[in-house]
Amino acid sequence: MSAATQKEGGEPLLRVSGLGKMFGGLRALKEIDLAVWPGEVVGLVGDNGAGKSTLVRCIAGVYTPDEGEVAVGGVAMGHGGPKHAAELGIEVVHQDLSLVIHGDVAQNLYLNREIRSRIPGLKQIGWLDKAAMRAGARAILDQVGMGGTVSVRQRVSDLSGGQRQCVAIGRAIGWSRRIVFLDEPTAALGVRQTRHVLDLIMRLQNQGIAVVLISHNMEQVLEVCDRVVVLRLGRKVADEAVAALDGPTLVGYVTGLRRAEA
Amino acid sequence: MMTDHPVTTTDRPPAEQTTGLTDRHAFRWTDITVYLGFVLVFGFFALTLHDKGFLSAQNATSIVSQVTPIALMAFGAVFVLTAGEIDLSIGSVVAMSALFTALGLRHFGLPAGIAFGLLTGVGAGLLNGLLIVGLRVPSFLITLGTMQLFSGIAQMSTQLQDVPIVNGTYTTLFGSGTVGPLSDAVVWLVIGFIVAQIAYRNLAFGWRVMATGSSGASARALGVNTRRVRISVMMISSCTAALAGMLYAGEVQGAVYTLGSSDLLTVLAGVVIGGTSLFGGQGSIPGALLGSILMAMIVNGLVLMGATVQQQIVVQGLIIVAAVAVSQRQPAE
Repeated sequence: MSAATQKEGGEPLLRVSGLGKMFGGLRALKEIDLAVWPGEVVGLVGDNGAGKSTLVRCIAGVYTPDEGEVAVGGVAMGHGGPKHAAELGIEVVHQDLSLVIHGDVAQNLYLNREIRSRIPGLKQIGWLDKAAMRAGARAILDQVGMGGTVSVRQRVSDLSGGQRQCVAIGRAIGWSRRIVFLDEPTAALGVRQTRHVLDLIMRLQNQGIAVVLISHNMEQVLEVCDRVVVLRLGRKVADEAVAALDGPTLVGYVTGLRRAEA
Repeated sequence: MMTDHPVTTTDRPPAEQTTGLTDRHAFRWTDITVYLGFVLVFGFFALTLHDKGFLSAQNATSIVSQVTPIALMAFGAVFVLTAGEIDLSIGSVVAMSALFTALGLRHFGLPAGIAFGLLTGVGAGLLNGLLIVGLRVPSFLITLGTMQLFSGIAQMSTQLQDVPIVNGTYTTLFGSGTVGPLSDAVVWLVIGFIVAQIAYRNLAFGWRVMATGSSGASARALGVNTRRVRISVMMISSCTAALAGMLYAGEVQGAVYTLGSSDLLTVLAGVVIGGTSLFGGQGSIPGALLGSILMAMIVNGLVLMGATVQQQIVVQGLIIVAAVAVSQRQPAE
């Protein structure tokens, strides 16, 4: 039984219906339905090539789906691209982190959302208020537990893998209003930083923000998620509450040894 | 807001853990090459040529008026290279804009002459940008083609004939006027530098240019319109070349299709010596200015030393190799 239908009433924050995506002759996604409610943490799991990242990119407006549609808060997304998706409240930490490596931390946190000078005339030509952005960036770094270890003026190319991950998460969390997608957020992190990210996810949940966590770490998924959606070969093969799942069952869905009862 | 910088990073990774080409260490030779080179070359000429007038105000003026068109194009090239593109067509745009300006002045008067020159820059840059983005072909190849195209158009426009400029107002505004003891080229240089530096460092546009050239896919994922950025930088580049052509034409009071034909390499050398990466993502407007002045100073010093043109070229080549060996060195494989 789909866990989604067990959720008490109301319109979901995110509704994906009948979504399909082709790459040349390759069918990457087929007939994907997905709903996410406010304050929910949903795990999205599946083997390599199952279509997890493609699904996230379709939802985030990076890819245009060939079939189906994505609606946020009842508003169909159309083909507005990443900026439109962000305006609707979707934030994504992509697996590749989408950082600008020559830029410093503050530039990365504020790219394409720059704070402009409030002085008339300067504002119109896009004059930057760098001081305000550095202050905001410092607050975001504190929020992701990096305050004091990384300067907002440091270039991303000078940061370690874990620090880069934290900057990317900070960017999503610093801006998220409704729903955050985290694509393998802890893959490059040490034990302490991983703990920190998982705590962050819980904190977002308490603020009523939905989180979709993509992870290969089943233990982690079962720990922090309320519900798990399993993709296999581009199709959704399971969508169940974590309470009804255990590790072996989940692995069975991922590998295709087990199928959800229709 | 310079006080937040000193931060200890306890878990800074060894260099090989950070990705690819872009390793940065605390001390960057790139950042100071041009200043070092400038001081060394200036010191050398000042010592050896002080009795031949290298340090005279007149010589300084001469260097500045030579350097202005080159430096303006160098500012444009900083934007183009930072965005991860290159513009090989600037030399041809110089000739085209000079000739079109001269023709406009002759047939329609001052406003038309200036408009023809500027529109040449806008049009050429728009064409380059649209071809690069529309055909999805690297800018190196597109501008290799348009370099020829524009050069051919320039030559056809007057059947290889010179076009003299007799409009005194024009020549006073562009290249032949004076401001106190200095050529009006200084004014163009100062304005160009300030505008370029502000756009590069203080406007949202500059950030987007950097992001486009540094990590285009990331920039797009964050909603930056990288196509528009790439078209814009090509237009900036062409417009600086058009302005350079107009200054040349004003200075020599006429236009000929050979104007600008040797400028491309000088401009790129100055920009690259100034610390702008050929691979996108980083650049420096002050560096480009100093790099351009350095190139002009070398020529000037060699002329005062009595070097032949051939010797000048050899020395220039050696200095470019030495400078890029320091500033553009890649990490070991």
